[in-house]
Amino acid sequence: MTTSATRTAAPVVEVTDLHKSFGANHVLRGLDATIHQGEVVCVIGPSGSGKSTFLRCINLLEEPTSGSIKVGGDEVTDPDCDIDAIRRNMGMVFQQFNLFPHLSVLSNCTVAQTTVLKRSKEEAEAKARENLEKVGLSDKADAYPAQLSGGQQQRVAIARALSMDPKLMLFDEPTSALDPELVGDVLSVMRRLATEGMTMFVVTHEMAFAREVADRVIFMDGGNIVEEGAPSQVIGEPKEERTRVFLQRVLDPTHVDPGAEDTAYAKRHEAESTADNFVKPMDTHGHYGGGAGLG
Amino acid sequence: MSTTTEAPPKKKLSPRRRAQRIRWAQYALLAVVVLVIALVADWGQIQRTFFRTDLIKNTLTEGVGTALKNTVVYTAGAFVIGLVLGTVLALMRLSSVAPYRWIATVWIEFFRGLPAIIVFIAFGLLPLAFEGLVIPYDPYGTVWIALGLVASAYMAETIRAGIQAVPPGQVEAARSLGMPSGTATRKIVLPQAFRVITPPLTNELILLVKDSSLVYVLGLSATGYELTKYGRQLSSDNVNLTPLVVAGFCYLIITLPLSIIVRRMEARQKKER
Ligand SMILES: Nc1ncnc2c1ncn2[C@@H]1O[C@H](COP(=O)(O)OP(=O)(O)OP(=O)(O)O)[C@@H](O)[C@H]1O
Ligand SMILES: [Mg+2]
Repeated sequence: MTTSATRTAAPVVEVTDLHKSFGANHVLRGLDATIHQGEVVCVIGPSGSGKSTFLRCINLLEEPTSGSIKVGGDEVTDPDCDIDAIRRNMGMVFQQFNLFPHLSVLSNCTVAQTTVLKRSKEEAEAKARENLEKVGLSDKADAYPAQLSGGQQQRVAIARALSMDPKLMLFDEPTSALDPELVGDVLSVMRRLATEGMTMFVVTHEMAFAREVADRVIFMDGGNIVEEGAPSQVIGEPKEERTRVFLQRVLDPTHVDPGAEDTAYAKRHEAESTADNFVKPMDTHGHYGGGAGLG
Repeated sequence: MSTTTEAPPKKKLSPRRRAQRIRWAQYALLAVVVLVIALVADWGQIQRTFFRTDLIKNTLTEGVGTALKNTVVYTAGAFVIGLVLGTVLALMRLSSVAPYRWIATVWIEFFRGLPAIIVFIAFGLLPLAFEGLVIPYDPYGTVWIALGLVASAYMAETIRAGIQAVPPGQVEAARSLGMPSGTATRKIVLPQAFRVITPPLTNELILLVKDSSLVYVLGLSATGYELTKYGRQLSSDNVNLTPLVVAGFCYLIITLPLSIIVRRMEARQKKER
């Protein structure tokens, strides 16, 4: 939202030369990025380019192979660092919502507050209701996740993350698993969060959203950051060939005219852009199968 | 299909007619068998051997209550021990520390591979083998531990399957909220796992009720008799099977409701899915 002001704000996340390999698969090949206080950064790129892996490295759901990630000045890859404490300050919203199905909507939003932050039940519930209100679901507090639509579940997931009072919110394709008509509600919640000054790091295929809300857009391909800058530049007038090719495919897969970058086109397709025009060749969540260790 | 030659036209029954004929034949067979049994059987003898009224009364008044109580107490204690140990073993099987996995695997394979009766015999002999060894709450403690050890091996596998059925995204969501691994396991993973495995665990409980009959090898005093031992004792005293039949019905009083509960739970889970 703000552009020049945020550049001088304190960095919330500083990533330097981040590498990540899964066995022989070198997925992240030296990323450098900084997220400043109050900034909204959107990451775009083709499927398999490593966007999710990048995001998941930031809260250490994936262990980086090498490089440095500083969150609020603390090096998260340092074995002495209290990762739970850092994760408390960082909300994460998943593509598949990952609500706790055995807990009511309200309990979904309170369970971490009471167990991790040691808030009293009353305090936690007040906070939860406040955030459910914010995402427009105060009437669903007693429902169970299975009784909600995908869009409602995702908004509960956002409320759940917000209830921890995070300083930073990570979003991994929050609208990709939603029916097209439900995407708008989730995006407007996120838009509002951005307006309120939340620092946000968003992996998304919603070009219109990135264009409108992001302060900065990062385009990733093949495990590298190919291009980075203001949305009007990266999405509007991409400098790199790879960015151009990607945008063309996302914004209009049937379009063959090379070099055409019709911004009005993207605007027209705000609501249906992902669901209708973007075809993902890859299974997007197969890689969650590894399982975070219990022991 | 379309290229194969037509079968020669033959008067064939429609599938539905055929099914109907087969069903009739099955009813007819059943009727014949019942008839033969009814004609051949010596009902008076059967009644005298299995259902002697005075012995039924004796069995019910003499101490079936204590026996029933003992069966329940043996089973319940073993179930609790099995559940706790089984959960620990399941978590060990899934641990990132390799030796824990090995220990748990050896334990599980060991106790699943042995006949339960060997474990009982071994526990019966332990106090003789190790002088001064006292197992508390004898005979209950001995039964609880012996049966609990066997149960833990079976339950561990069930519980592990339940834990693995919880999607990894659940742990990731919990961890990303700042929950330490242990809290995530207790608050998020185990409640979901146990919901899935309540029916199979109840089945384990039914098996345990029956396995508790193995305590007869321990050489109990009369106050420790459970249903099988009690029924058997009375049966041999009276040289008649009636007390054993009564004991058998008492088992059904415990196991049938459990079976019904399991069925209900399974039906509900099927609907929820
Ligand atoms: N846990 C894992 N184990 C092995 N390989 C993985 C794992 N997670 C991701 N990968 C691999 O890393 C690469 C990048 O995956 P990633 O999910 O980060 O891509 P992405 O940009 O988020 O794609 P998408 O848009 O489809 O979500 C892929 O080749 C994927 O197969
Ligand atoms: Mg992804």
